[in-house]
Parts: sequence; C-alpha cells; structure tokens
Amino acid sequence: MARYAVRQFLLSAAVLLAVSVVGFILLRASGDLAQRIAGSEAMAADVEKIRIAYGLDRPLPIQYLDWALNAVRGDLGRSLFFPENVGTLIARRLPITLGLAALGLGTAILVGIPLGAISALKPNGLFDRLALGGAVLGQAMPPFWLGLLFIIFFGLHLGWLPVSGSDTWRNFVLPTAVLAIATMPTIMRLTRSGMIDALRADYVRTTRAKGLFPFTIVFKHALRNALIPVVAIAAVQLGALIGGSVVLETVFGVQGLGYLAWESINRADYPVVQAIVLVLGGIYCILTFVSDLLHAALDPRMRAQ
Amino acid sequence: MASEAETGALPRLDATPGVAPARRTTLRRWLSNSGVSIGGGLFLVILFLTLIGPFLVPHSPFDQSLVSRLRPPVWSGGTAEHPFGTDYLGRDYLARLLWGGRISLLIGFCTIAVAGIFGTTIGVLAGYFGGTLDFAVRFLIMVRLALPAVLIALAVAFIAGPSLKLLIIVLGLLLWDRFAVVARATTMQLRTSEFVIAARATGASNLTILRRDILPNIVNQLIVIATVELANAVLIAAALSFLGLGVQPPMPDWGLMIAEGKQYLLFSPYLITLPGAAMMVLVLSVNLLGDGIRDVTDPEARGR
Repeated sequence: MARYAVRQFLLSAAVLLAVSVVGFILLRASGDLAQRIAGSEAMAADVEKIRIAYGLDRPLPIQYLDWALNAVRGDLGRSLFFPENVGTLIARRLPITLGLAALGLGTAILVGIPLGAISALKPNGLFDRLALGGAVLGQAMPPFWLGLLFIIFFGLHLGWLPVSGSDTWRNFVLPTAVLAIATMPTIMRLTRSGMIDALRADYVRTTRAKGLFPFTIVFKHALRNALIPVVAIAAVQLGALIGGSVVLETVFGVQGLGYLAWESINRADYPVVQAIVLVLGGIYCILTFVSDLLHAALDPRMRAQ
Repeated sequence: MASEAETGALPRLDATPGVAPARRTTLRRWLSNSGVSIGGGLFLVILFLTLIGPFLVPHSPFDQSLVSRLRPPVWSGGTAEHPFGTDYLGRDYLARLLWGGRISLLIGFCTIAVAGIFGTTIGVLAGYFGGTLDFAVRFLIMVRLALPAVLIALAVAFIAGPSLKLLIIVLGLLLWDRFAVVARATTMQLRTSEFVIAARATGASNLTILRRDILPNIVNQLIVIATVELANAVLIAAALSFLGLGVQPPMPDWGLMIAEGKQYLLFSPYLITLPGAAMMVLVLSVNLLGDGIRDVTDPEARGR
C-alpha cells in the first residue's frame, strides 16, 4: 500500500508539472498577449513598452522557468489589476468555490445514492423508470440555462431568494441546486449499475440463503460494494465542479475563483489566469490522488495493478 | 466471376428462407429499443428542421426591424407573423433558433471528428502496443483531465480572438480523452483474443490487424462515446458563446441568444427559455440515442 501511495504521488506531481507547462504555453502562445493587455487600439510603441515591461519579449522557456521557480517558492506574481499579489487574491476566493462545489456534490450524493439504490431493487420498475427519466433530463439541461430559469422563477417571480452575489447563505441555495442537478445523474446511474451487479453476485445469494433480512442484505452487503466506484467518481466530479465553476459563478455573481478567472480573462490579467489554471490543476491532482488511495483502500484488487 | 453452371448447383444465399427475416429482426431489434427509436427519431427531426427549416421560415435570421422589437411569441399574445416572437433587434426568433441549431450541430460534429480521430488513434496504439507508449498515452490522458477545459478554452479564445474555427479546434483538442480511454481499454481486451492471435499466426502485419480485426470491433463503443461527446461539445460551446468568447454576433447561436436575452429576462423570458429548451431537446435526443445504441450492441451493459 505504501509503495502504491508513493508511486501515485510521484505520478500526480509529474502530471501537475506537465499541466503547468501546457497551461503556460497555451496562454502565452495562442496570441499576442502584449497586444491584448494594451487593447486593440493601442499604438505599436506602447505595445512594445508593455512587452518589455512584463518580460514578454523573452524566450518562452525562460519566461516559464522564471514563473515556475517563483511559483514553487509560493510567489504566483502580481495581478495587473488588483493591488494584491495573486496568491492572496486566490486564497480569498478559493474557499467560496470549494464550498459551493462541496455543497453541490454533497447534495448530489445525498439524493443520488438512495435513488440509485432503490432503482436497482427493481430494475425497469416504475420507480426505476421515473428516476432514470429524471437523470436523463438532468443531464440534458445546460447548467447556466437552468441557473437562469431558477433566477427567473425563484428569484424574480416568487422573490424567495436573491439572484446575484455571495454575501449570505441564501445566495448559495440556487447555485447549489444547479450543481446538484448536474452531478446527480452520474452518481445515481453508477450506484444503480453497481447495485444491480452486487445484488446478482454470489456473496449476496449466500446471504439470502442464510436467511438474512433483505434490509441487511441491501445495505450491509450489496451497497458497500456498489459504492466503491462511486467514491472514485465523486472525487473526480468534485474536480470537474470546481473546474467548471467559471460559468455558474458568472451566472449567479458568486465571487469565487471561477468569477475571478472570468473577470481576469476579460481584463487580460494573465498572471491571475495563469495561477488559477495551476491551482485548479493542482486541486484536480490532489483529488484524483486521494480518490486512488481511497479506492485502493476499499478494493485491494486495485493495488495489484 | 463464377459461371452460372458452378453456382447454379449451390443453394443461392439470398433466396434461402430465414435470411431476409433475420435482417428484419435486426432492424426490429434496433427499433424496438426505446432509446434508439425515440432518441434517434428526435435527432432526425432536429436534423431535418435545421437543414430544411430555414427555407420554410419567410424571415432571415439576420434582418433587423426596430419597429417590431421584442414581439412576444404566439402563446403569449403574439401574431403568426413571428410565431416565436422577435429578439431585441426585431429579428425573427424562429429563424434564429433554426439557424442556431445548424451552428450547434456543426460545432458538435466537427468537434467529435477532431477529438474522435485523435483520441481513437492514440488510444488504439497505446492499447495494442502497450509498454512505454501505453504509459505515455495514459500520462497524456491524465494531463488532459487535470487541465481545466472551460477556463483554458476561454483564455485561448480571448488571446487568439474568438472565432468558430478556433472554437472547434480548441474543443476538439479538449474532448478527446474519453475516446482514448475507451479505445485503449477495448483494444487491450482484443489484443489477447483468439482471432487476433490467429491473424498474427497467419503473418498479418500490425497495420492489417489494427485495421481489419481491432477497429471494426471497437467501433460500436466509439459511436456511443461520440454521442456523449457530441452532447458535451454542444453544451460547452453554448457556455462559451454565453460568456461571449464562442460564436460571435450577429451569428445566431443558442448560447449567444441566451446571453443576449439575459437583459430582458423579466418581461421577455421566452428569449431565454426557447434556445435553452432547444438545446435540451438536442442533447436529450443524442443521449437517448447513445444509450440505445449501447443497449443494442452491448447487451451486457443494458440499462446501465
């Protein structure tokens, strides 16, 4: 187990290093950054001044090394727009995004696992069909559109909840609901298929033959095995929710990392965007690392691979 | 060609009873799957409407008319002149919805072409040859998954200047991972199967084996992934257009139409509900079709 953990850790670190390189190249090489900072009406001489002032005239590998060495020491550079340095800026916004993603995923798990487990008890029964139908609908709705519908209905027509901002807990109800609806189908379907397999398995038949209560069979024996892949996918889903926060935070005006990224992109505040790509990549690497370890701890077959 | 005398003695295959019914059973098996019939049917209707529809609507999606701005649709007091109302520049909303469908499908199909070719190629090679190549591809997949796709796409679109072509390339390069994962896993299973070993024993080259024995056998799984990614591409492209860094005005794109309608969401909510509903129906049909294809071609996974 320890060897497995060390190997996975080194792999995650290598992935993060590669992410930082690819992210850096994509942000520097897809266009003229200095021109973007200056704006499209800027004079050529001013663009050159900006290019030299920010060191954008240097060769790309040198720029990367400079940035990466500072990042390793904890210095992510200075924002072109805010007076603070990038690190403080991100530290202030990150908890909001993490909290929102955790709330969304938590709600999805609380609703999705029971729905999936009950569906699996009678595949193709009425409950199963209704739940699957709901899951298919939930997967087909564009989250930003669902967010706007919620704003129109709950915010404007009923006036129950605020439509924008992130100052009180009431601001988080609608975005949490949208995230939960977007994530729940995957969790529900995975629980359901895992349960169907588990309920067919030999060890469950044995427990039936032993005469255990159906309740014990379902919850103690089948569900525990069915949830192993759900644990693995939940961590990945959390990463996806955090990565996808740009769109939803913009819709609801939640002042999290995604909103900061969106504002910074539109202001060509590239040190902030660069740092957010790195932070999101890092969070994803940590989550998959934890998920792999959890998976290996729950299912010894994983460690052998 | 064999002469009539040679083949005449043999029972003619197409005349044997049982062959034609067998083909009909296959068709029936496909159509009796509710995912294929409902999802596929809906998808065909959408394809038909987006291809033919714009010619049936008398209005152009680009013609502005400031005197008929924000006309409501028929069901909330509008006229048959603009059955789905008009937008803030007086453009016919039905015409724009139909054209928006074209753009969504164009983005979706081009994206899965780029992503599918790239992902399948590296996935099959990794699964077939294994070893260092396999490790490199697995690493590449992990790096791709760790990159925040929407954020990268937004930043690249801002720096390079947004355009439809760029959108398709960026999405194609961001959505290949599932193709690679599935192609790799299925190829690995097939590599040790008896017919591949037999082909190798007869002296078939790697290229021949990949083309004749591996690819035809993984194509079903790849089609299922293609439906998932088509839906994904449509949703992400709409989100980027919604944020202003995807399809650019005056092009009618569903995501962009939602963004344009956002200002009027209190009094003209149809500006938002209609394009979103259109997107939902498209994604729904593609997802149902994908689930159906998987159920029919891979009965073990039925109903998952």
